[in-house]
Amino acid sequence: MEWEVVIGLETHTQLKTQSKIFSGASTHFGAPANTQACAVDLALPGVLPVLNRQAVEHAIRFGLAIGANIAPVSIFARKNYFYPDLPKGYQISQYEIPVVVGGQVEIIFNGEAKLIQLTRAHLEEDAGKSVHEDFIGPHGEPSSGIDLNRAGTPLLEIVTEPVMRSAAEAVAYAKALHSLVVWLDVCDGNMQEGSFRCDANVSVRPKGATKLGTRCEIKNLNSFRFMEEAMNFEIRRQIELIEDGGKVTQETRLYDPDKKETRSMRSKEDANDYRYFPDPDLLPLQINSAWVEQVRASMPILPDVVRKQWQSEYSLGAYDAQLLSQDRATAQLFTALVKLVGQPMAKAAANLVTGELASALNRANLMPSEAPLVAKDLAPLLERVADGTISNKIAKEIFTILWDEAIAGQGQSTIDAIIDQRGWRQINDTAALALLIDQVMADNAKLLEEFQAGKEKAFNALVGQIMKASKGTANPQQVNDLLRKKLT
Amino acid sequence: MKLDEVQRIAHLSRLELSDSEAKAILPQLQAIFALVAEMQAVDTSGCEPMAHPILFLRDLAQPLRVDQVSETDQRTVNMRSAPAQEDGYFLVPRVLE
Amino acid sequence: MSWHMSTIALLSKALAAKQVSSRELTSYFLERIAKGSRWNAFLDVNPALSMAQADAADEIRANGLAGPLTGIPVAHKDVFVTQGWHSTAGSKMLSNYQSPFDAAVVAHLGMPDEQNPTAAGMVCLGKTNMDEFAMGSSNENSAFGAVLNPWNPACVAGGSSGGSAAAVAAGLAPIATGTDTGGSIRQPAALCGLTGIKPSYGRVSRYGMIAYASSLDQAGPIGKSAEDCAWLLSAMSFHDPRDSTSLADSGENFARYLSQAWSEPQMRNPTKPLSGLKVGLPTEFFAEGLAPEVAKAVEAGAQLLAQLGATICSVTLPKTKLSIPVYYVLAPAEASSNLSRFDGVRYGHRTAQYTDLQEMYKKSRSEGFGAEVKRRILIGSYVLSHGYYDAYYLQAQKIRRIIAADFQTAFNQCDVILGPVAPDVAWRLGEKTEDPLQMYLADIYTLSTNLAGLPAMSVPCGFNQNNMPIGMQLIGNYFSEARLLQIAHQYQQATDWHLRQPSEVT
Repeated sequence: MEWEVVIGLETHTQLKTQSKIFSGASTHFGAPANTQACAVDLALPGVLPVLNRQAVEHAIRFGLAIGANIAPVSIFARKNYFYPDLPKGYQISQYEIPVVVGGQVEIIFNGEAKLIQLTRAHLEEDAGKSVHEDFIGPHGEPSSGIDLNRAGTPLLEIVTEPVMRSAAEAVAYAKALHSLVVWLDVCDGNMQEGSFRCDANVSVRPKGATKLGTRCEIKNLNSFRFMEEAMNFEIRRQIELIEDGGKVTQETRLYDPDKKETRSMRSKEDANDYRYFPDPDLLPLQINSAWVEQVRASMPILPDVVRKQWQSEYSLGAYDAQLLSQDRATAQLFTALVKLVGQPMAKAAANLVTGELASALNRANLMPSEAPLVAKDLAPLLERVADGTISNKIAKEIFTILWDEAIAGQGQSTIDAIIDQRGWRQINDTAALALLIDQVMADNAKLLEEFQAGKEKAFNALVGQIMKASKGTANPQQVNDLLRKKLT
Repeated sequence: MKLDEVQRIAHLSRLELSDSEAKAILPQLQAIFALVAEMQAVDTSGCEPMAHPILFLRDLAQPLRVDQVSETDQRTVNMRSAPAQEDGYFLVPRVLE
Repeated sequence: MSWHMSTIALLSKALAAKQVSSRELTSYFLERIAKGSRWNAFLDVNPALSMAQADAADEIRANGLAGPLTGIPVAHKDVFVTQGWHSTAGSKMLSNYQSPFDAAVVAHLGMPDEQNPTAAGMVCLGKTNMDEFAMGSSNENSAFGAVLNPWNPACVAGGSSGGSAAAVAAGLAPIATGTDTGGSIRQPAALCGLTGIKPSYGRVSRYGMIAYASSLDQAGPIGKSAEDCAWLLSAMSFHDPRDSTSLADSGENFARYLSQAWSEPQMRNPTKPLSGLKVGLPTEFFAEGLAPEVAKAVEAGAQLLAQLGATICSVTLPKTKLSIPVYYVLAPAEASSNLSRFDGVRYGHRTAQYTDLQEMYKKSRSEGFGAEVKRRILIGSYVLSHGYYDAYYLQAQKIRRIIAADFQTAFNQCDVILGPVAPDVAWRLGEKTEDPLQMYLADIYTLSTNLAGLPAMSVPCGFNQNNMPIGMQLIGNYFSEARLLQIAHQYQQATDWHLRQPSEVT
């Protein structure tokens, strides 16, 4: 039996605001328990919600970026259920009439561009957190600690149509969405802090079937790796279950990354009737076209527009374009770099940014926006390689020096100064190279014999020796050509 | 309305009704719903629901707050009526996920 | 001096003339409260705090900064949260609850400070008894015992603002705040011979009012006269940005028409002050179910308005009877959700014995809530639940719109609607507690105004043969509170029903 996988993703993105969606408490991460939970967040008797303008603006921005419809009127609804991290006993969300409808997110999957269709995005409030350390309650009962600092943080819940057909594809979408919301500055994308969480709706059906299989929801996946593992486990679980003659029960599941399996959530077992109804404490949210246009005017150029520009103007490949447009800081750096060094060096610039720079940022655990080197620091490096002054290998070493200096906060040496100080000027002069080659050949008679005996490897070893003798400054291409000529 | 529905709704509302309580409340609820049945018989086709008296005459929109932090840390006084707390956390019987 | 028989207007004059200090007045009423415990009108007093407020008010006066209400004592229904007094909403669920903040209404009527520089400077005497979570029409649903009617202690005081009404009627407070979701200001006012007004929805901030039904709740004054109510309502009504349903243009002098004639500012003919006023009597309000003595008193009230120059006509409010099931679908629905926060986690009653979270929830809530509250939560959860939402909740919201539209049709023919407040006078304690439905049916004349969000008043208009008070209801179009108060005031200039004192009260 061949199976088809159907996946839809619901992503909860915490919107970047100073204060909560319905109260004036801070949304700053990491404060001591309940120090950022005001009376409204705690649902004390008599409190009422008032909507944060910035949260709405972020929703509008997102909606515009994905080409969705921004609802001129949308309604807040109460989702009623009991849980300790939900102080009111209901979550203020949007149900029948959300703020954003439709839209698409472009992903690159298996080398191809694809549009993932979104159903909707709506505003809602986040719940608090339970901490399951060894608290003991007033009667000696094992207890959980409830911290409501997070309660009331604005969320945009982004829902896709069930159009993904593999865990890998779903992860590709999640990554693209993540990049987008960070690009737009509507979410900080910090997954460890819970700013970006996905719920995956997974079902399977026989290939060719039109009816959807029963789906299970895997909640609170907050790393791309866990997302993929969890979904793949769930797919296998469901297929095995059906093949064994069983039926998939619609339920909510959690992923255990240690055991590497999904399991049913005990507390949400009984089908919850959320009894949605419009929240009588809030009036309809009205967004007029003037506001939408105001937001549109303040939007950054979108990543896929930028990518297309690069691909046409710089002949940049899709893969590089994707990497360089993952975040705005990287994109801005690349664009600035190419402006300085010129379009013919676009590929070299791409390699530098996605190669050396990216690795250095990674090792130092820095975000691209925190990079200590800017385009004008890096431009001369590319120029010196292009004009033959240094080799690529030397360029890498110079990069490291520049980076270390920048991190240490020392004054920046110029690239030319470094080249001269280290004696790294590339040897391009044929005569000089010929002398060098003769010298190395004389010192490596054994290798010479091996080559003449037919061992091609010895050739590379000789090249290596020549590079070594020149402290890496010999022009490798010329060395290759000259040596080849000499030996044949 | 039937007895098992009463218990189902009680559970949904996190209320505990003993059998006798449920049996006592059922006729009261049924009487109320008999009255409600009269309401259901009215033809309201073409009529819009009215969620808000305030919107009946005026097309009012939800007021929007400027995004700024206006609340300071009031944990001590906010938590003074807490039935169980420790280290700034509210305590509840442990929930196993 | 019998200060407890004085209106606010009189007290204000006496304070201004330094005939009495706020300290003396406050002390006077606190003593009466202590002696008047039989009515069970108060749930919490804090004499030291009240006296401190009185002293602050006297100092404001000494500095020449006193306003008309500075230093006048007021009692607050226990549905408003207060610092310094417990806030219970009449429920065991909150029997020891201490709010860290004051309700908007309380703060705005209280002592001026940085947050509320224009606060009225009134002195809080304490918190009054009420039906639990404002659910009830007799104040027998309080977890802290029923309130007795000062006109006859064997009778109910009405509800849910029974404590506030009894407090004023028994002379324990010169005026009090109440809330009205389905008649809870108007009905106890009527049953206790007092004047009360429920303003248009959105006039008074609900911030700090423990919520029952959010789209129906509205706060207002219960006092001895229309003039007193006008003063208090003016001080209570302001735009509160913390309440999204608070109207931006709230804040009016509701007393501004009191001495004017209906059709023009000048009182050209003092015997016909209401000349030009069209009063509509809905036929459905005078149908079966209305006690004959009540009908008589209300009709007499209409006649008096006619004598004062008004014309009387007949109007129709066809969905009057239907307002009962509509209300008893919508209010419980909202309540079932509003009361979910009472779960024993962060405040309020938590059960003593539990082994897990679900047991803690269920026991805490079942022990904390009384029978009526539980009934309404069950009704509410049911009508919102999957499969029933359209047939019940949505249907009720649609008829709600029809009811509001019917009022507009009636107001095309009249300026104000006149009718009874309740089908009968105050009944005996325990008489209706067996059958909740019976009490629901008695709300028939008041529910539709809450559904529509219209302003409405209760004005004393007579007594039955057992000397039990009867009130008549005036319903106005949106935002016409000042006009309603004007009509009531002129009526009260020509009558003295509102000045009568219960014989039980000394």
